[in-house]
Amino acid sequence: MREYPSALDIRALCKRFDRPAVDHLDLTVKAGEFYTLLGPNGAGKTTTLRMVVGLLRPDAGSISVFGADALADPVAAKQMIAWLSDEPMIYDKLTPFEYLEFVAGLWGIEAGLAEARARELIGWLGLEAHAHERCEGFSKGMRQKVALAGALVHEPKLIILDEPLTGLDAASARLVKNVLIERTRAGAAVIMTTHILEVAERMADRIGVIAGGRLIAEGTLDELRRQAGKTGTSLEDTFLTLVAERAAAA
Amino acid sequence: MSTPATLTWFARHEVRLAWRDWLAMMTAGRRGRELPLAIACVAILIVMHLMAVSMVGSHAATASITDTATLVTVTASALLTFALMLSQAVESMTRAIYARSDLDLILSSPVAVQRVLAIRILTIAASIALMALLLSAPFINVLVAQGGARWLGGYGVVLAMGLAAAALAVALTDLLFRLLGPRRTRLVAQIVAAIIGATFIIGLQIAAILSLGTMSRVALLESTAIVAAAPAVDSLVWLPARAMLGDVSALGTVMAAGAVMLGASVLLFSARFADHAVAAAGVALVSAPQARVRRGFRSVSAARALRHKEWTLLKRDPWLLSQTLMQLLYLLPPALMLWKSFAEGTDGFIVLVPVLVMAAGQLAGGLAWLAISGEDAPELVATAPIAPGMIMRAKVEAVMGAIALVFAPFIVTLLVVSPFHAIVSAAGIVAATGSATAVQFWFRTQAKRSHFRRRQTSSRVATFAEAFSSIAWAATAALMTVSIVFAVIMGVISLALLAGARAISPARAYAS
Repeated sequence: MREYPSALDIRALCKRFDRPAVDHLDLTVKAGEFYTLLGPNGAGKTTTLRMVVGLLRPDAGSISVFGADALADPVAAKQMIAWLSDEPMIYDKLTPFEYLEFVAGLWGIEAGLAEARARELIGWLGLEAHAHERCEGFSKGMRQKVALAGALVHEPKLIILDEPLTGLDAASARLVKNVLIERTRAGAAVIMTTHILEVAERMADRIGVIAGGRLIAEGTLDELRRQAGKTGTSLEDTFLTLVAERAAAA
Repeated sequence: MSTPATLTWFARHEVRLAWRDWLAMMTAGRRGRELPLAIACVAILIVMHLMAVSMVGSHAATASITDTATLVTVTASALLTFALMLSQAVESMTRAIYARSDLDLILSSPVAVQRVLAIRILTIAASIALMALLLSAPFINVLVAQGGARWLGGYGVVLAMGLAAAALAVALTDLLFRLLGPRRTRLVAQIVAAIIGATFIIGLQIAAILSLGTMSRVALLESTAIVAAAPAVDSLVWLPARAMLGDVSALGTVMAAGAVMLGASVLLFSARFADHAVAAAGVALVSAPQARVRRGFRSVSAARALRHKEWTLLKRDPWLLSQTLMQLLYLLPPALMLWKSFAEGTDGFIVLVPVLVMAAGQLAGGLAWLAISGEDAPELVATAPIAPGMIMRAKVEAVMGAIALVFAPFIVTLLVVSPFHAIVSAAGIVAATGSATAVQFWFRTQAKRSHFRRRQTSSRVATFAEAFSSIAWAATAALMTVSIVFAVIMGVISLALLAGARAISPARAYAS
């Protein structure tokens, strides 16, 4: 397997609310890798990702994005990151075209380059017919596509997605998956949380399983099966076994 | 427990929703605030009673139903209250049709929608009357205590006005639906509601300026010209005033009229309201308007992109724009005053200075809330590679730009008439705008832009801090025109107010 530089390096990351949400988490994701983060509700997946993108301040630990210290120099790290949550946050009164222009402005992308990328993304995601309509009447799937285009318009090297396929129809979900795989082939790293285990099984190069704020298992699907002691089973069975073992140990 | 789907069952449901909605609004949705809220309500009632003593106490014993001047004043007060009630009623009726919270459930259930909407209209009437009764109670109580039981008729008149306001609001909303259709009615009804609320008070001020050269409404109402032009004391026009002053037969007539109006409007319009609710549901399914297609992207800095975005969102949201700019209706009298002073060469524009400063502070508070708390994509902005300080600076600049656009004509005109007052006004506007924006920044929360009208509920402290800072800067600017020493003292007080607000503001969130 080809060795890639580290896209994301998390060390001893901690975050506590009324109880520990993330507990001394270590995680490394390489450039060009599609990494899926699995875990039961409240496991700490979203909290971890929100700390990486700068939406939450960790209590302790370090986060490095392509060598940039995300805590000491968040602006440098953010320049390389895209964040897409399960609830697409876009502006109802802007058109997709205007939204992408705004995002390009925030990331400081040169207008000509940004426009070319925006047109390419709009075409790729099948939004041409609605490119100059305000987003206020858009369906959830269309909004998610606009948000995804916004996440990709500045060509991020690290794409972080929290349940990006929630509420998408089959065709849109396939489109999003294809776009993400294409980006990993171009050298970007993708980290995605999902409850759709079939997606993780088919798309991920590596899968991490989080429970109780800790990474309890990590590897390819076969490696996870071996860790769970269940060869030849589905990811669902493997995942449930790993989580149950962790719960029993706790 | 009442039988499901009966009128009483729906009424109980509506009352429970209305109560919880009010409680959530007053406590900003936080648990454990019920006791402090109750204590605050009692304290406010006591303060209002004390204020009422000084405002109406001296009139309690002397007022008479044969005195035209009294009838004019009482009628004007009643009309002012009625205008505000009608404004609130129109807004509530519109919200009842367009707010989809439970209408989809009700419309898809096997109950007579007409019945549900009839109950909803009655609940709105009851809530409006109740609110007006609560606000007028201190004044009526003081009048009863000092002038006798005859003043109890005031409660009956306020109740009748609440019923009549709801009835008229139903008819008006229906008329707007028929004339404009479901797509435009929401916006127009909100504007109409705001105009109704402001028209009477602004009309009185304009009349006072044109006839007496002052902005005082009281001076106008007490003027001999108005009293002389008023109808005779036995005219039907004075019926509500006579009822309020203790005429029992007038009270009966007024209350019966209110009840009949509401009953008739429920019978006539509740079925149509059901149709309107269905039509309003379809509005969201209509595709959004096409924006003007531009040729291409423009290279802009992040700060400019943020400023441009704020202005575009405001410009494209007619409802939000109307809600924001509606505050400027109150600038009409000062504008007229300025024009009159300019034409006549008098120095009446001196009173404009604090009015302009106060208005700028209030407008800036609303705009700053939209820019800071009403950010629709906070995570996008927070994850962009920009320093948080730069984001905030761009948003402040967006607010300042809008304020400059609105107030520049006033300052330029004042500059011609009196450069000194123009400079003082401009400085006051900058201070009030900056302070209101700072308060919104310190007390920022994440909210939907559509909750603009309820923004005060998220933090009472922020609301009061914003209002007091606007008042303090207005006072500072006013004092500057007469005494620099007093102005400096007031300026220090204004800054102290801001420092106090900063000290008790919540800790800054990391991301924003």
